[in-house]
Amino acid sequence: MLNIENLHAKVGDKPILKGLSLKVKAGEVHAIMGPNGSGKSTLSYILSGRPGYEIVEGRVDYMGKDLLAMAPEIRAREGVFLAFQYPVEIPGVSNKYFLKAAYNARAKHRGEPELDAGPFLKLIKEKARAVEMDPAFLSRSVNEGFSGGEKKRNEILQLAVLEPRLAILDETDSGLDIDALKIVASGVNRMRSPERAFIVVTHYQRLLDYIVPDFVHVLSGGRIVKSGGKELALELEKKGYGWIDAGQPA
Amino acid sequence: MTNQDVKDIAGQEYKYGFVSDVEADQIPKGLSEDVVRLISRKKEEPSFMTEWRLKAYRHWLTMKEPTWAEVHYPKIDYNGIIYYSAPKPKKKLSSMDEVDPEVRATFEKLGIPLEEQKMLANVAVDAVFDSVSVATTFKKTLAEAGVIFCSFSEAVREHPELVEKYLGSVVPYTDNFFATLNSAVFSDGSFCYVPKGVKCPMELSTYFRINAKETGQFERTLLIADEGAQVSYLEGCTAPMRDENQLHAAVVELVAMGDAQIKYSTIQNWYPGDKNGKGGIFNFVTKRGKCAGPRAKISWTQVETGSAITWKYPSCLLLGDESVGEFYSVALANHRQQADTGTKMIHVGRNTRSTIVSKGISAGHGQNSYRGLVKIAPSAEGARNYSQCDSLLLGDKCGAHTFPSLEVGNSSATLEHEASTSKIGEDQLFYLRQRGLSAEDAVGMIVNGFCRQVFNELPLEFAVEAHKLMNISLEGSVG
Repeated sequence: MLNIENLHAKVGDKPILKGLSLKVKAGEVHAIMGPNGSGKSTLSYILSGRPGYEIVEGRVDYMGKDLLAMAPEIRAREGVFLAFQYPVEIPGVSNKYFLKAAYNARAKHRGEPELDAGPFLKLIKEKARAVEMDPAFLSRSVNEGFSGGEKKRNEILQLAVLEPRLAILDETDSGLDIDALKIVASGVNRMRSPERAFIVVTHYQRLLDYIVPDFVHVLSGGRIVKSGGKELALELEKKGYGWIDAGQPA
Repeated sequence: MTNQDVKDIAGQEYKYGFVSDVEADQIPKGLSEDVVRLISRKKEEPSFMTEWRLKAYRHWLTMKEPTWAEVHYPKIDYNGIIYYSAPKPKKKLSSMDEVDPEVRATFEKLGIPLEEQKMLANVAVDAVFDSVSVATTFKKTLAEAGVIFCSFSEAVREHPELVEKYLGSVVPYTDNFFATLNSAVFSDGSFCYVPKGVKCPMELSTYFRINAKETGQFERTLLIADEGAQVSYLEGCTAPMRDENQLHAAVVELVAMGDAQIKYSTIQNWYPGDKNGKGGIFNFVTKRGKCAGPRAKISWTQVETGSAITWKYPSCLLLGDESVGEFYSVALANHRQQADTGTKMIHVGRNTRSTIVSKGISAGHGQNSYRGLVKIAPSAEGARNYSQCDSLLLGDKCGAHTFPSLEVGNSSATLEHEASTSKIGEDQLFYLRQRGLSAEDAVGMIVNGFCRQVFNELPLEFAVEAHKLMNISLEGSVG
């Protein structure tokens, strides 16, 4: 599904990714772990097309297409979804209106029927129940005045509604208490399927107790320095990131 | 509305820019006492009207064009303007069928059908084409409720006593340069009187269209809600795309007696000029309402997306105790547009209240100014005002300015003022695009969200219209 080859990227003059390679197949869940500043969020943003990053070298193939050549909205419509670490507030725009526009933009792109307000409302109410979100949130402005946990749950609601092929969760666990974490994780787990892949970016092992990955990669200095199964996360938790960095050239 | 709809609309640029081929009865360019008399004669007006116009004209000659607004434009040659233009044939219409088919076609094209059976349910329309009102719909239904809704000319003929009593009672002919000019030469407009205790059974609407070249449009609207009456009034405007600037200097006067309520909504979409600022309407308008009795309420809602220059301050004179004034405004300045708009809330009565919510959007090289005055007279014991002015900037070549002024003459008054200026954030744009919205749709969504508080005040039909219009007007402001 996704093949990242030797990706080098920088922000301004500062190189962030320095030769990152990663293959993700449909149905797999990959966890990307790493210390602060290792390039985890940069990777999420580059895959989803956030402006401001310069690709110096390398390529990213997504479903047989050149991902980096696509505008962010085209990537989204092609099934790339980023659950934001810091979801953005859009005052005055209701959650359901926003979701309907997003849903229909994707449906149209794929030549699928767009949904009218009635059937769409039914759909999102079901999905909202699944992430234990009060339907009142659907009528509120996007993320405005939401608590940290509510924002993250809203991201998972969007994930459930938009049914992406590749979902990237950027530090979805940050700022969540254990109850919210469980709800978010179960929302994600319900979405796991043989057609869908996940990249779970996280600093802590805790999230991976609930979203159990097939593979764990450690990102350090802009490259993947170690890959393994889910047990790698536990080892990291025990030994700390210093254990990885110690074996690396400075 | 789907994204495609928005895109279809956005691709149209200014879709009302066509010119209709209508034979016009015009008088020569220029302004003089003779021209003023000629207009009055053409309209077969009683002498009090002619005299009033002449007084205004003579006063106008002593006045200077105001320069305090944050707008810049070449000097207007007031002798280069045609002050009267009417579609021919000029005969009194007894039914809608007699309206010139070309004029009718124009309004059809604008989405304003004049045939009543095709009309939107519950909206009566007065259609003003260049200088004259060409049709007023649903007159009979309204008459049964006792509501008078007709063109200004007809009101002068049929109800001279009402016109004489109220004309200039809110905006006197000496008021300001443009209002005084209007008083001298205004050719038509709408008139409405809602009698005591009557709730107007339908929305009233005036649709203004400038068609002829080199003409000015000077219409005058007078709306009176007698004691306990209620009325909601909508106003829409468009004009063809022309390279030269055209002057629109209108006056709107509202009178709300005790316990009466007037809701006045405007969607102003005059031709804004092209991307480089060529052409477009100079929209220099005086709008004011008087809450003449206790507990009267006047509410202005405006969505200003058109015109090369907008100079407009819909105001409320709160005379009656416990009377209420409201001003909800969205003003957009894109490309080279300049908007200087706001309101005046003059508190005279006791426990009077006013609310101001102004949303300014600047894009391209647009310049947007909010100018407001809240004045609390010494008599206005317990007056309250809440003002909120928000500006949104798209890009880095546009400007937003705020000129609030407060004059407080009574220490028991409570005033609150909030202001904010923000830029559309890269974060917001990226967030929406990551969910599949195009950059243009994303900007449209953010801007419409910014305006929602004001759009919510519009009658439903207009709210949808305003939303679409905002997307069209933002065209070319991204990227």
